[in-house]
Amino acid sequence: MELYTMLREFADSWMLLFLFSFFVLVVLWVMRPGATRNYRDTADIPFRYEDAPAGDANQKEA
Amino acid sequence: MTNTLKLVALAAVTLFAMMAINFARDLSYQVHAIIVMLVAGGLFIIHVRRIGEPAGPAPTGYMDDVVRYGVIATAFWGVVGFLAGTFIAFQLAFPVLNFEWAEGYANFGRLRPLHTSAVIFAFGGNALLATSFYIVQRTCAVRLWGGNLAWFVFWGYQLFIVLAATGYLLGGTQSKEYAEPEWYVDLWLTIVWVSYLLVFMGTVIMRKERHIYVANWFFMAFIITVAMLHVVNNLSVPVSIWGSKSVIVWAGVADAMVQWWYGHNAVGFFLTAGFLGMMYYFVPKQAERPVFSYKLSIVHFWALIFLYIWAGPHHLHYTALPDWASTLGMVFSVVLWMPSWGGMINGLMTLSGAWDKLRTDPIIRMMVISIGFYGMSTFEGPMMSIKAVNSLSHYTDWTIGHVHSGALGWNGMITFGALYFLTPKLWNKAGLYSLKLVNWHFWLATIGIVLYAASMWVTGIMEGLMWREVDANGFLVNSFADTVAAKFPMYVVRGLGGVMYLLGSLIMVYNLWMTVKAAPAKAEASAAVPAE
Repeated sequence: MELYTMLREFADSWMLLFLFSFFVLVVLWVMRPGATRNYRDTADIPFRYEDAPAGDANQKEA
Repeated sequence: MTNTLKLVALAAVTLFAMMAINFARDLSYQVHAIIVMLVAGGLFIIHVRRIGEPAGPAPTGYMDDVVRYGVIATAFWGVVGFLAGTFIAFQLAFPVLNFEWAEGYANFGRLRPLHTSAVIFAFGGNALLATSFYIVQRTCAVRLWGGNLAWFVFWGYQLFIVLAATGYLLGGTQSKEYAEPEWYVDLWLTIVWVSYLLVFMGTVIMRKERHIYVANWFFMAFIITVAMLHVVNNLSVPVSIWGSKSVIVWAGVADAMVQWWYGHNAVGFFLTAGFLGMMYYFVPKQAERPVFSYKLSIVHFWALIFLYIWAGPHHLHYTALPDWASTLGMVFSVVLWMPSWGGMINGLMTLSGAWDKLRTDPIIRMMVISIGFYGMSTFEGPMMSIKAVNSLSHYTDWTIGHVHSGALGWNGMITFGALYFLTPKLWNKAGLYSLKLVNWHFWLATIGIVLYAASMWVTGIMEGLMWREVDANGFLVNSFADTVAAKFPMYVVRGLGGVMYLLGSLIMVYNLWMTVKAAPAKAEASAAVPAE
């Protein structure tokens, strides 16, 4: 089989299926039980360590 | 040891550049060789003078000097790019501005890539460098990884910009849109970009926070994808090592497809993913509340990167490209509308419960209108990618209007918001010099964009309709020159919109300058706050 045809066939069958299921799994993963509590903490990251890195002497605890 | 190696390398580059000046086959290569010789030679002398200097203690805290330089570079290149854009807008309206004495150097064809690269890569690129370095440190709670490598990235990127810009004026271009620089400039950018990736990934890997904040996901996607796009789209073989000309390894329609795969993803990952990283940090910070839905931000991320990469062929409707490819591009562009609006809703709704800030805080207003323009241009884009619409809009000024509502509205406004946020923080000031001036900037820029986009819609649709108008016998009614003449009033309005946008940016530069010079310093909060 020609390389082009082979790649083309692979791209619009198995690869497409893989990418699509990966995406669906991401969406399901995001909605897993307990995620909301987890993400609330993650979403707060910008509000910590504004002035100095973690463990730095100048760090003001928020 | 490393210092000796550095000196040897710099000496070798200087020597090579001297030979290149001598053997140069074209002017742009020769001028670039002179620039490289001066830079490498200058660095050599500086390093020699520093030999034997004792190394100071390892610096601690966040590495903010490079971010400060990035903020200055962003403001500087922004003004340069807007000025070039306004000038070429008037060149189109009044061709006499293509001066006789500057023919071949400063006419529209030479200045246009200078404008696009200055705003996208110099203004937008520096904004991305500065904000990504600022954000990745704060959200990972560690200092930038790699020590002075961040400085190499910053100055190396400036050198890339200077080489690209001078090259365009002197005719050194490979004629690929948004990828004009010639092979040796491309190689240099590859080195700088890989270093950028190392600094960013190194910092993320060393992080003290357990999770990688969503803004960093967007920045990583931006850096990795741009590296891939840049390398693949510039796979060309130089004709001579002493000249700027090179030949791409694939020809014809394959080259066109790769170019627009690159071109559209430059929009998707440089101007969208990277700037979404800014949005996901600065909007929550300025609104003082976390992002509306973190779950949505994750779905937004994966949907965006899965879809954007396929949308490129919509730039090549009704060409030699196979039909299936252009249909694929169209379908993915339309599907892309959804994650784009998901992101827009996530950004806007971050303000829910704090909408009153819109009245009092002009910086948040700037960010909100930027997200609004993001939503508008990500609706307009999919619509224009539909083949039937594209047959009217393609090759007309509607496309230019679309690009500018995205670039001026979304990229420009969110960058201005970020600069207004960063400057007081980085120079340790209590606040900006003047919020009133921010307000002036906001309205000048907004009205400028409206004038720009509206005039381009009118002239673009008019142009498209005139081109396809046929008489009873099936002959075309209008010549190309007829459309050019009919467009004159809209070109003048567009130029005025540019003047207003430029004026706004000058007000911003003055305001930021005065913030650094004259605004009161931030009060030391820690001294007054009692221990809890």
